[in-house]
Amino acid sequence: MNFDYNEEQQLLADSVRRFVQKDYGFEARKRIVASRDGCSAQVWSTFAEMGLLGIPFPAELGGFGGGAIDLMSAMEAIGEALVVEPFLATVGLGAQLVARGGSAAQKKAILPAVIEGRMKMAFAQTERGARYDLARVATSARRAGEVWVLEGDKRMVLGAPLADKLVVSARTSGKPADQQGISLFLVDREAAGVSLRPYVTLDETRAADVVLQAVEVGADALIGKEGEALALIEEVVDYATALLCAEALGAMKYANDATLEYLKTRKQFGVPIGTFQALQHRMVDMVIAAEQARSMACLACAKVDGETDARERKRLVSAAKVRIADACRHVSQESIQLHGGMGMTEEMKVSHTFRRLTMIGQQFGDAEHHLERFAALERG
Amino acid sequence: MDLNYSAEELAFRDEVRGWLAANLPEDLRRKIAEYEHLSKDDLLRWHRILAKQGWVAPSWPKEWGGTGWNVVERYIFEEECGYAGTPPLVPFGLMMCAPVLLRFGTEAQKKRFLPRIYDGDDFWCQGYSEPGSGSDLASLKTRAVRQGDRYVVSGQKIWTTLAHYADWIFCLVRTDPGTAKRQEGISFLLIDMKSPGITVRPLILMDGGHEVNEVFFEDVEVPVENLVHEEGKGWTVAKYLLGHERMNTGRIGASKRELAKLKEFAAAQVNHGRPMTDDVRFRDKLSRVEIELTALEITNLRFLDQLRRTGQPPGAEVSMLKIKGTEIQQALSELMMQAAGPLAQPFRPVDGGDGFEAFTAALAPRYCNMRKTTIYAGSNEIQRNIISKMTLGL
Ligand SMILES: Cc1cc2nc3c(=O)[nH]c(=O)nc-3n(C[C@H](O)[C@H](O)[C@H](O)COP(=O)(O)OP(=O)(O)OC[C@H]3O[C@@H](n4cnc5c(N)ncnc54)[C@H](O)[C@@H]3O)c2cc1C
Repeated sequence: MNFDYNEEQQLLADSVRRFVQKDYGFEARKRIVASRDGCSAQVWSTFAEMGLLGIPFPAELGGFGGGAIDLMSAMEAIGEALVVEPFLATVGLGAQLVARGGSAAQKKAILPAVIEGRMKMAFAQTERGARYDLARVATSARRAGEVWVLEGDKRMVLGAPLADKLVVSARTSGKPADQQGISLFLVDREAAGVSLRPYVTLDETRAADVVLQAVEVGADALIGKEGEALALIEEVVDYATALLCAEALGAMKYANDATLEYLKTRKQFGVPIGTFQALQHRMVDMVIAAEQARSMACLACAKVDGETDARERKRLVSAAKVRIADACRHVSQESIQLHGGMGMTEEMKVSHTFRRLTMIGQQFGDAEHHLERFAALERG
Repeated sequence: MDLNYSAEELAFRDEVRGWLAANLPEDLRRKIAEYEHLSKDDLLRWHRILAKQGWVAPSWPKEWGGTGWNVVERYIFEEECGYAGTPPLVPFGLMMCAPVLLRFGTEAQKKRFLPRIYDGDDFWCQGYSEPGSGSDLASLKTRAVRQGDRYVVSGQKIWTTLAHYADWIFCLVRTDPGTAKRQEGISFLLIDMKSPGITVRPLILMDGGHEVNEVFFEDVEVPVENLVHEEGKGWTVAKYLLGHERMNTGRIGASKRELAKLKEFAAAQVNHGRPMTDDVRFRDKLSRVEIELTALEITNLRFLDQLRRTGQPPGAEVSMLKIKGTEIQQALSELMMQAAGPLAQPFRPVDGGDGFEAFTAALAPRYCNMRKTTIYAGSNEIQRNIISKMTLGL
């Protein structure tokens, strides 16, 4: 047993932490959020220079061959700074699908570009009415001679407005919700027939609805086997969920640190409000929630790296997400309440952390969704 | 024991309900239903519709425009408004400044201000909180120094709701910094927002909305006739207002409407190919809120019945209603957001916003906004302190 990060993991964590502390303060973040693209090209190239974009990809393509555990501490730093660049969308989802399911040619065409910071990606999966159900895909892809033709309407595609390439899930056979018949395609965001409805999300990142109208892609755009993509999608979404859990730890750490500091410095009735026992116990419960969340984030990252039994991996990632979602909700709500009116204002980072934690609680499935999946897999 | 309204009370409720259905303008109803921001004009339009009907200030004495309704009728009226989804009546003039003037004001003050409050000619805001004085209001520092026939006011208020719309502000100010008890040097002043030396700065809340402000006072001159009650007796005035019977604190009517909306909305959302309302985990959460709300409604009626029979103004009971009522409001807003799932994650459109689904995108900001309810009007922690002190003697 050893819960410490190893030396390489620690070095990476330190360099990411140093960078966000120096260049990704709350004011700097505000400027990025308010900018046209809502994303900083400079931050992205710094991520590339640090090697952050290559951590989970194969060494022969320029990566480090690392796992989720190797990214954990970096994700924490990203979470603490409320980084809005599409790291998870690119490294955790889009490029991950290519790395795990793509052909040698696809990997070669995409991964080095991602690792060097030249290409951003997004995963177009969710649809209206699908909620968090990964099998519920109605978008269609049909073969027309040499090409595939895609039709559909994707929702809440994280990072889509910034992405160069999208990975799109589409049905090549069967009915919506069938396990079989889902395929993955690489689609240029600029391809004819692809249109975006871009927006800023609750946590101030960029996302979009992606409408596909008679979008033609070549046979080489298919990732993996036709109709067999669901297992890969589940594996990669579990992986991204584990990273998201680690990110949540950072955001919770900020919320807890800021609240503790406030309890010590804010005075009412002539004393720091942290002297009121009613508040002390609340603060203690927030810290306990974060510790329990940390344990489950470790578990999730370890399982997505090492668990070969897909069913066990799914069950434990769901367990982690339940705990993380509950902790996000608890910590975020209490952090605002204990800040009083100040917590409600846009001027305070803690309110933005609240928004991020609220979003994380729901991303890739809320507590109820994962409770359901956990219980179903338990029953067998 | 009879848990039901009497036949007369039911008839009264139906009358109010029918009138609201016929007189609430459709555009205002829609704005409320879709969680849209209300303009000053929207608020005033509804105020004037009620004023014309004679229903804008039910609790005032009849000679000033009150309706003469008893406490139960007043409660029914307020809950019906909540249930119908009318714009809120801004409370600062009608329900705060006016009761104070009626109790402590001079005849001249009543004549000057009450009719204008009634007609919606003056928009009021409340200047109590300061940066250093929130829960501990008695520590407030805004100074008012008497110079002949005027006070000169300097200091800062914060969290002033709708100060950017207001014509007048009622303030607690410190007229004597030297008293042994902090509560004793405080006075209640009415200040014209157009007075030179007043600056209003917006504070944007985390949902992006502008409802509160900072208000700065730099040597603002206020005629002494705008002092309410005696100098140094402002705390008595403030306490009277806190104790002023506010039986709609639980917001039962509005929460019932939100609950009905939640059921309808959730039934239209699909999860695993079925309505969200078929999802056991979601439905249980929804049912719990509904049961909590049912309990609160009956608790509220019990307090009301007690008030009607004993004439005793409510004490710590109001704190209970505030705690439970706000927790329910927050839970409902959270479940709406949860029911929408990923569709609640878009926040604001970029580039024109064609096809942007505004209703589902309003649910997360609303959830954010509703966090305020357990903080303002005496935080829920302070309400618990009140109950533990006043009721339990701890
Ligand atoms: C949206 C909004 C609108 C508002 N509108 C107005 C307005 O129009 N006019 C106006 O005057 N004010 C207004 N307020 C101010 C409101 O009344 C204060 O925010 C409230 O009194 C809390 O004060 P505070 O924000 O300074 O928090 P603090 O008093 O600093 O409290 C911080 C935290 O400590 C807790 N706490 C404090 N003391 C104790 C204690 N003794 N025991 C246990 N816990 C304690 C609080 O509950 C809170 O959780 C508004 C506030 C908001 C958020």
